[in-house]
Amino acid sequence: MTPAEIRDAVLAILNTINPDEDLSSLDDEKEFRDQLEMDSMDFLDIVMELRKRYRVQVPEEDYDNLVSMNKTVAYLEPKMKDISA
Amino acid sequence: MYDSIIIGAGMSGLAAGIRSAYYDQKVCILERHNTIGGLNSFYRLRGRNYDVGLHAVTNFTPRGTRRGPFARLLRQLRLTWDDFGLSPQLMSSISFPNVELAFDNNIDLLRSEVARAFPNQIDNFEKLMDSLIDYDDLEQSHFEMSTREQLSEVITDPLLIEMILCPVMWYGNPREHDMDYGQFCIMFRALFLEGLARPFDGVRLILRKLVRKFRELGGELKLRTGVQQIKIDGGRAVGVVLDCGDEMSAKNILSSVGAVETFRLCDDDDTTHVHKTGQLSFIEAISTLDTYPLELGHDKTIIFFNDSDKFHWQRPLDDLCDVRTGVICTPNNYCYDAADGELPDGIMRITALADFNRWKNLNKDNYDRQKEIWFNKVVDSATKFAPDFREHTIDTDMFTPQTIQRFTSHDNGAVYGATRKWFDGTTNFKNLFLCGTDQGFVGIVGSIISGISMANHHLLRGN
Repeated sequence: MTPAEIRDAVLAILNTINPDEDLSSLDDEKEFRDQLEMDSMDFLDIVMELRKRYRVQVPEEDYDNLVSMNKTVAYLEPKMKDISA
Repeated sequence: MYDSIIIGAGMSGLAAGIRSAYYDQKVCILERHNTIGGLNSFYRLRGRNYDVGLHAVTNFTPRGTRRGPFARLLRQLRLTWDDFGLSPQLMSSISFPNVELAFDNNIDLLRSEVARAFPNQIDNFEKLMDSLIDYDDLEQSHFEMSTREQLSEVITDPLLIEMILCPVMWYGNPREHDMDYGQFCIMFRALFLEGLARPFDGVRLILRKLVRKFRELGGELKLRTGVQQIKIDGGRAVGVVLDCGDEMSAKNILSSVGAVETFRLCDDDDTTHVHKTGQLSFIEAISTLDTYPLELGHDKTIIFFNDSDKFHWQRPLDDLCDVRTGVICTPNNYCYDAADGELPDGIMRITALADFNRWKNLNKDNYDRQKEIWFNKVVDSATKFAPDFREHTIDTDMFTPQTIQRFTSHDNGAVYGATRKWFDGTTNFKNLFLCGTDQGFVGIVGSIISGISMANHHLLRGN
């Protein structure tokens, strides 16, 4: 997957977790929690959806890498580059 | 070998099952009865539908609300607001002799009622609301503070304290006399800052949605499958022995049958005697009417009544029941969609406190006779606070603490379970966990949240 495809994958996950959220105005630089109504349970769901959909494991000590879209994509790139979109 | 076995197909077990199955676990829910729901179940009698448990879904928030427990559970279960089909209450009240506080799903009504009935307490009431601890800020350390002490520090009129405690204790306090302050904050929010609602079709609609979702995700549900023993080997729960003698094994076991009740199932557990089960159980007298309650001038959804200035929240000390306080619930009085129309009959449900042991020790003839006697006493007491509907009664039914014990498996028919809670859901055994009433949350939304969070923390971690 390219970074753009990884971004789409994360967007799809966010949309599944919270279908009511308008993601079109998401700022990739800003932290998710400052712009989306998400709690700790929802954040855990990003991790679990990644595992469910792409078999990507995110260990607990790495959760801090998933705070914004840019950081999430950067963190996932090496883990997902060999997955076909 | 299952990833997870869940004991009990009530709200919490089904919610935990959905989470586990959604994340591709092999999961099986075992339910002893021939129907689902546990405390929040339903039945059909003489051609009519009845709900057990559910008076109202608390924690109701309108469509589009993103914060709060109800919105959270919809996200976590991948359900939509419409799946629950909730219609808000008309108006409810807290009714004491000579003083009544009305409330609805907008806190401003209760505010204005307190200002009207207790003009010198309104500032204190506002202070109380400002000081309520938020759900996410609740910590075990201050959870168990005395609510009576906390309230008397802010509110200086004892009658207002009793009036606030009455509905909040009725809808979720497992302890006698006083209440954990954390639980008070949760229930105050659930009742007054969020609100009350009901699906037109009652609790069966919610249960059906949950079961359908669970099955669509590949979960297995076995009805008429009781668990007689949880097998322990070397400090681990390795599986269960069913009532029929068959055995099933699983990596994790999640039990919703109550804490003490779960420990008793474990074959080498010696901690059972240490923990006490709750004492508070109820009777409910259900009257079907030939007219709608509104036609009789009864416009309240729920009335929490108490017949003196002091509210007594305790097991009846010297009789089968205590009808001095109670809850009158009228399922007709919700703002249902025009498309739904009206419920087929007028219904008045009245709940009062009852003593499990006295009911259990009655022989069959006396049990039936006492049901009749107490049905009349509870209705007598309630009709001091609501229009007298008795001449319109065309059918009745009643459940007792024994009925509750049969359907929930909770010792003493204790509706809100044990007086202490197991917030982290862990037990002495590494892979045996608790969810439901004894994990800490009550009510429909609370139970579902319990199942979700225990599945997240224990069944899905590191899997």
